[in-house]
Parts: sequence; structure tokens; C-alpha cells
Amino acid sequence: MPVKSAKKTKMPERAPNIRNKDFLEVNQGYTLQHAMFEADRCLRCQEAACVDECPVNIPIPQFIHAIATGNMAESAQILRTANPLPAICGRVCPQEAQCEMTCHMVKKFQPIGIGHLERFVADWERSQAPPPVSQGKKRKEKVAVIGGGPAGLVCAGELARLGYQVTIFEGLHAPGGVLRYGIPEFRLPKAILDWEIGMMKNSGVEIVTNVIVGRTITLDDIMDKLGFSAVFIGTGAGLPTFLKIPGENLMGVYSANEFLTRINLMRAYQFPESDTPLKVGKRVATIGAGNTAMDSARSAMRMGAEESLIVYRRSEKEMTARVEEYHHALEEGIKFNWLTAPVEIVGNEQGWVTGLKLQRMELGEPGPDGRRRPVPIPGSEFIFPADNVVLAIGTSPNPILVKTTKGLETNKHGCLVADEKSGLTSRKHVYAGGDAVTGAATVILAAGAGKRAAEAIHKDLSGGK
Amino acid sequence: MPYKILEKRILTPVTKLFRIDAPLVAKAARPGQFVILRVREGGERIPLTIADYDRDRGILTLVIQEVGATTRRLGAHEVGQEILDIVGPLGNPTVIPAGGHIVGVGGGFGVAALLCLMRELTARGDKTTVINGARNKDLLILVDEVKKVAKNVELCTDDGSVGFKGFVTQRLQQMIEGGAPGKPDQVIAIGPMVMMRAVANATRDAKIPTQVSLDPLMIDGTGMCGGCRVTINGQSKFACVDGPCFDAHQVDFDEAVRRGKMYVQEQDVAAKKLAAAAAGGV
Repeated sequence: MPVKSAKKTKMPERAPNIRNKDFLEVNQGYTLQHAMFEADRCLRCQEAACVDECPVNIPIPQFIHAIATGNMAESAQILRTANPLPAICGRVCPQEAQCEMTCHMVKKFQPIGIGHLERFVADWERSQAPPPVSQGKKRKEKVAVIGGGPAGLVCAGELARLGYQVTIFEGLHAPGGVLRYGIPEFRLPKAILDWEIGMMKNSGVEIVTNVIVGRTITLDDIMDKLGFSAVFIGTGAGLPTFLKIPGENLMGVYSANEFLTRINLMRAYQFPESDTPLKVGKRVATIGAGNTAMDSARSAMRMGAEESLIVYRRSEKEMTARVEEYHHALEEGIKFNWLTAPVEIVGNEQGWVTGLKLQRMELGEPGPDGRRRPVPIPGSEFIFPADNVVLAIGTSPNPILVKTTKGLETNKHGCLVADEKSGLTSRKHVYAGGDAVTGAATVILAAGAGKRAAEAIHKDLSGGK
Repeated sequence: MPYKILEKRILTPVTKLFRIDAPLVAKAARPGQFVILRVREGGERIPLTIADYDRDRGILTLVIQEVGATTRRLGAHEVGQEILDIVGPLGNPTVIPAGGHIVGVGGGFGVAALLCLMRELTARGDKTTVINGARNKDLLILVDEVKKVAKNVELCTDDGSVGFKGFVTQRLQQMIEGGAPGKPDQVIAIGPMVMMRAVANATRDAKIPTQVSLDPLMIDGTGMCGGCRVTINGQSKFACVDGPCFDAHQVDFDEAVRRGKMYVQEQDVAAKKLAAAAAGGV
């Protein structure tokens, strides 16, 4: 038996000082050789902890074994049956906090590159002729999916596979939700998203754009007038949080949502070939240290900023970004300012932002989430110059649908109340999942919720048969 | 979904009226709401207040003024062509308590947005007046249409070529002071930011409840980008979901005017590029 490598096979990446000037993908993907070598490291545990840790329970040892034995089609089939968005999750899942964290190899060595392998198989699949559309049982029931983000796409895909007639109602001019407006091209090329959506359309899913349920039509219209038997709500958490400190309405201050949407959905990086501009100055300060903050800070560099800086009130240890994003950001020259919190945004007479008034913090006792809480140090305020400020401090669910629909219960955070397993809301035949229920979380959790809700809807409408 | 142009009218060299096949939007629309549209792939999303709608026939009426590249591209659209994307209706419908004399002030192409609102108010029995103003007679739009929806119509031109000579706010001031057709009990102003600010100033001392319809820069129109932030009574609000109508006396107009000009340079770049492409026959 060949000796297994102690280290995870490194993902080929584009050089930091080149990639931080364009929006092309950073990770270049394993070669077949890389993938087979890495797959061979898997111990094929009998009781695979990684599978339990995966929100959609991908049979990880099985799909990896298929790679090791060169059966790519089989591997792709195993993967896609469990996760309808493998090319996307392989790129954006926080594997180090999920499957790879529980890998038996972690105890002594580095984990198997499960995410990299998932991506490899999905990319291989995309390079092949599209698989034939399954000619399974067709059902007469129509199911509506509100919101074309990860939760909605997965739910729609699963329901179509089960034979239902599925229509996605998308509010923007293109489906994908946060995968389209939030995650940048250099992490998730839109061509991949478009391919996945194309697959879904081939399987019979209808996508109607420019329809905001609650404004254009109501949920009751969908059920009573348009003849849908069930509804899945996957409207996400699209509402940006502001700090409510002085100066937030100065020009040059953006929510990360606006900053990233202008770039990703509206292609501001191609202005004036595209029509939507974005003003990016020399020094851009991004508040927050989650994935959205990394995406914003790294995008700012690519939009021409000379300096892109993260300002975070906690320390490196408490940051919530994926490890890979943090490392990529460091390599690309993003500077991190830990234990500093903004108390004011300052500007000039013309109304443009000129900087932040920051306060130094120290870590106190742990909060309910186990992370140590930042505590302000009195008298430590200082001015931090910046031409732009991007707020990446979180999002909450959009209230439009709830406000215009009777009988949909929400909690105090504005999240829809839904059964944890089935996703059933307070209304009959109305299900929900993803960020609309949990508040801002990950793509794979949304995908998992969409998948479970599809199964529950199937039970509801057909007794699961 | 196709958004086919069924009718086009050139109101002034830069102001165009479109009647568009958009059944879902037309059926759901209420006065004061807006749509966001896009005219080409890679195009920007721009908000436009709904001028009118025909629920039965599913027709949406929009009036646009050519300012930047997108509105110029849209203005060049002809009957039979389709608009790439239209989403709406967005924002909250305008709420005007019944009773008394309701005066709508429309400056420039803003008067278009008063059409459906005034029709509804007149139909429910309110005394309605529209002050329709422009720089001169040729730029005054929708004169006949406004007559059909309001009990009184006051025309104003800066040069006096038709109607009252002066600004809409001067005509409004006369009415506030008791001139015909009577002192307003409520005012709604839609038009350029400077005009809305002037209206707010005119009605403030007289304590006449006044609303203005704001249309700041925005992307999604559903509260997602936060680009449309306006300060109302010291509080930051999103024009798209909290508005677009606000109490005129609480709007921070200085900030709104500044934010509205945030991308003037880029707007210029895009417009020049479009003009160069047109000259080159592209």
C-alpha cells in the first residue's frame, strides 16, 4: 500500500499580486492527478463523521473512493444525488468547520480536501455532455418557490426530480440570490451558477424573474388564483444592517450588499461597458470580518483601491470568515485592524466620507455564543482616514413578504418560524428554509433546508410516494 | 416576460410617454408606487414613478425624462419594442387622508406621477388642484390629461408663455395666502429635488401637511442595497421600502440633493460614450 501524504494536496491558485487586480477565479481547481492522489488519502472510515457533519449528508467516502478508482461519472452521480449544487458548495462551503473538521486524518495530519474534491468532480461533470433529463413520474401538482437563491434552487431542483411542476418566483432580473449578487466572480464564477440554473431549467423548473411576491403578486394569489398546491419561501436575509452611528449617510459609505451588488449583479467592474458605476477611492475601510467583509475588501482591491483595510471590533480568533478567504485576503494585501470599533463616520463639507472615528477595544468575558466580547477602552478614540467605508456587519430577513401575507409567524429577529425538520411554517402547505428562517448563514445550510422542505412537501402532497 | 411598448408619445424633445404591456405590475399598482427597469444586458436598474395604469387591459404608463445613458436608451425605444426588465410595483402607495383641498404640485415630468393619484382623489370626492409647471409652454406636459383627473388645473411657466408667469411655488404661495382656487389643506409635490424643497419651505410656516415623493439612486428597490438612504426627521430611512413618499417638512433635502449627485461624473462618462457610439453608427 502506498504511503499516504500527511498534507492536504494544495489547491492551485493564481498569484496574489496578479489576481488582486482582476475578477477571474482565484482557485484553479485540482488536476485529475491531484484529485486521484488526494482521493487516495481518504481512510474510507466505516462510520464516517464527515457525512454526519455535512448539512446535506453527502456520502463523502463513497464519492471520494469513486475518484480514487477513476470512476468520475459514478462519483458525480453520488455527489449530485445528495447535493444539487456541488460545484458551488465545493467552492464556498466552510469545510474546515464542517466535514473536514471531523476527518480522522485531522488528529495527526491534515484533513482530506473534501471541498476541493467536491469541486473537482462537479467541474468534471460540467465538462461532460449534460446528463439526460430523467423521465420519471410526472405529477399534476404545482409548487411555487419564492426566491431563487440557494435554498429555493435546491428545493425546486428536488421537487422537479420528484415530478412536480415547479415555478421559481425571483425578485431580481436574474436568479441565484446571494450566489449572484453577493459572492464575487473570483470565488464563484457566474458561468457555474448559470450552468447549474440551466440544468434546473432542463429538468423542467420554470423561473419567472422580476416578480416580488408581496408586491407584484401575493402568496394568496399563488395558492388561490394560480393553482399552486404548496409554497416554499426561500427569500433569504437580504436586509443590510447599519451601525446607526453618525455619518452613515455620507457619500462613499456603502452597505456591503450595495457594494457587492453593484460589482457582482450589475458588473460595475466593467463600467462603462456596463452601465452601473461604483466609486472606489484610494483607501477603503470595510467594517466586519465575516465572509462578506472578506469579499468586500478583496473586491475593493480589484476595483482599484490602493489600500483595503478590515476594521473589526474583536480579534483574529473570533472572526467568522472561512479560513481560506482570510488567507487569500492576507496574501492579496488586505490589512487587518483588530480590536477597533467605529463610533462615527466623518466627512468633508461636500458630504463625502473622509474617515472613521475608531475606538480601541479589549476582549472581555465570553458572550452567549462563546466568543469573548469586545469592551471599549475609554479615551482610546482616533481618526482612521478612509475614502470609502463598507459596512459588512450582517443582514436580516426581508420583511416584504411577511408584511403582505396573513398568518406567517416570525420571531423577534424577523425570521420566519418554521419546523426544523420539515420547514413547515404557521400556514398550511407553506414551507420555508434558508436564511429567511435562520438569519444569515451558509449556502449549504440553506441547501439542506431546501432539500428537507422538498421531501416534506412531497409527503404533504403525495404522502411521499 | 415581455414588456412590449404599445404606445409612445414624445411630450418634449427629452420627455417621452410609454404605454407598456405589463399586466402583473398594472394589476397591482397603486398611486405613488414605482417600478425599476433595465433596458439592456449589463444595463443599470433605474427607479421610475408609475404615472398611470390600466388594470383591465394590463397597461402601465411611464413618463421618462432623458438625463443619463439609460433614460436616453429608453427614450429611443419605439412601439413594438420590448423593455428588458420591469419589476414592481415597489414602495408604499401614497396615503392622503380624505377631505379638504388637496393640491398636487408637479414640476417638469413630475406631474406625470400625479395622474393616477389625482384621479383617485377626485373620484372619492376631494377638491383637487394640480399646479403643472415648466420653464415654458413647449416644455409643459400632459396638460389635457391632468385636466381630466383634477377639478382645477393651474398652469405655470417661468417665462409666462402660458398660464401664470413664475415658479410653481410662487403660484402655490398665492393659494396659501388665499388666492384662487383656495388655500390647500394638503399638498403633495413631485418633481426635481429643488422644487420639492421649495414647496416644503412654502408650506412649512403655514403648517400645511405636505408630502414629497423621493426617487434616490437605488438598485433592487426592496430594501436590499440601502443605497436609497434618506434622512427623515434625523432618522435614516430607505426610500424604497419606507417611502417613497415622506413628510416634506422632515426630509433632509441638503443630504438628498448631495446623494443624488453622487455619480454625476460617471453619468457623464456613460452619456458621452453613448453619444460617441451613436455618432459612430454603432
